[in-house]
Amino acid sequence: MRHLLLHRQRCRTGEAVRPGLAPPTCGEGLGRGFRRHPAPRLARRRSIGYILNHMVQYSQTRLDTSFAALSDATRRGILEQLGRADASITDLAETFRMTLTGMKKHVGVLERAGLVITQKVGRVRTCKLGVRRLEEEAAWLESYRQLWDARFDALDKLVEELKQKEKDDGE
Amino acid sequence: MESKPTPMKNPTTVERTSERELVVRRTFNGPAHIVFQAWTKPELFMRWWAPKSMGVPMLSCEMDVRVGGGYRIAFGHDAASAMEFFGKYLDVIPNARLVWTNEESDDAAVTTVTFEEKDGMTLLVLHELYPSKEAFEANSGAEGGLPEQFEQLDELLLTLGAEGA
Repeated sequence: MRHLLLHRQRCRTGEAVRPGLAPPTCGEGLGRGFRRHPAPRLARRRSIGYILNHMVQYSQTRLDTSFAALSDATRRGILEQLGRADASITDLAETFRMTLTGMKKHVGVLERAGLVITQKVGRVRTCKLGVRRLEEEAAWLESYRQLWDARFDALDKLVEELKQKEKDDGE
Repeated sequence: MESKPTPMKNPTTVERTSERELVVRRTFNGPAHIVFQAWTKPELFMRWWAPKSMGVPMLSCEMDVRVGGGYRIAFGHDAASAMEFFGKYLDVIPNARLVWTNEESDDAAVTTVTFEEKDGMTLLVLHELYPSKEAFEANSGAEGGLPEQFEQLDELLLTLGAEGA
């Protein structure tokens, strides 16, 4: 818990930091300059194009399950449908002319990939797009990569300098 | 990736390799013993670990680079607002491998860095292993604190909307 507290401490500049020897893995700690804030709730519903765009931008292994989920035309269709409106499994099964069991399987795959979230109210299971987690994670990974990239740029310069020094000393 | 490296620059890649692991890769244009020095000599380490863009300078850095030895790093604009990070080295193979713990929290990762030299270049691979998936998520902010603030904002907007109506 001390850890979390530490992470939430702010420096006087108002920056949140996570600069320890621990790689800067805390979203909280990456500093405001690095962290991209997750999209607010209203922006949760995004088009399939938006999702795909993100996937192209951020090729992380974690996204493999998402790609696998998207490899199927029916599942892509389901996402498009859910981009327009939330729907029950029954609605989706009718739209795609499938059995309930078949649709449940597809929705299950999308759910495990974090692309769809479902909620059961009474006897009806409603499905909606669940891209938010994916966006946040992709944005977080990218901000994490950028911090390492900035560090390594500085390290490049130091390596050059040390190489030169070694060369000079050897002569 | 949206941020394309400049032609002369080696790319930095980050990959989440499992539910509790992250891997960062980067090649440096220099031999392993030089890159290793930059990770193990405090006066050198301080010159690159906290680049200006991070916004917070490193105040001090102590490293006892040997198996069981500790490190302690402080960041901040002054001693009063400093934050400390510390742990110990689990494995040290000169010019080849470093493993350390991050002990400022229970759910922090164990970090392994390997240095592989080839044709005068060094491939650096940094691997972080978290104790659990939950620890990873707690650290990554993937499940982090902001949603709560959005909930509060939502509530506020609802209240304001109701008042306006």
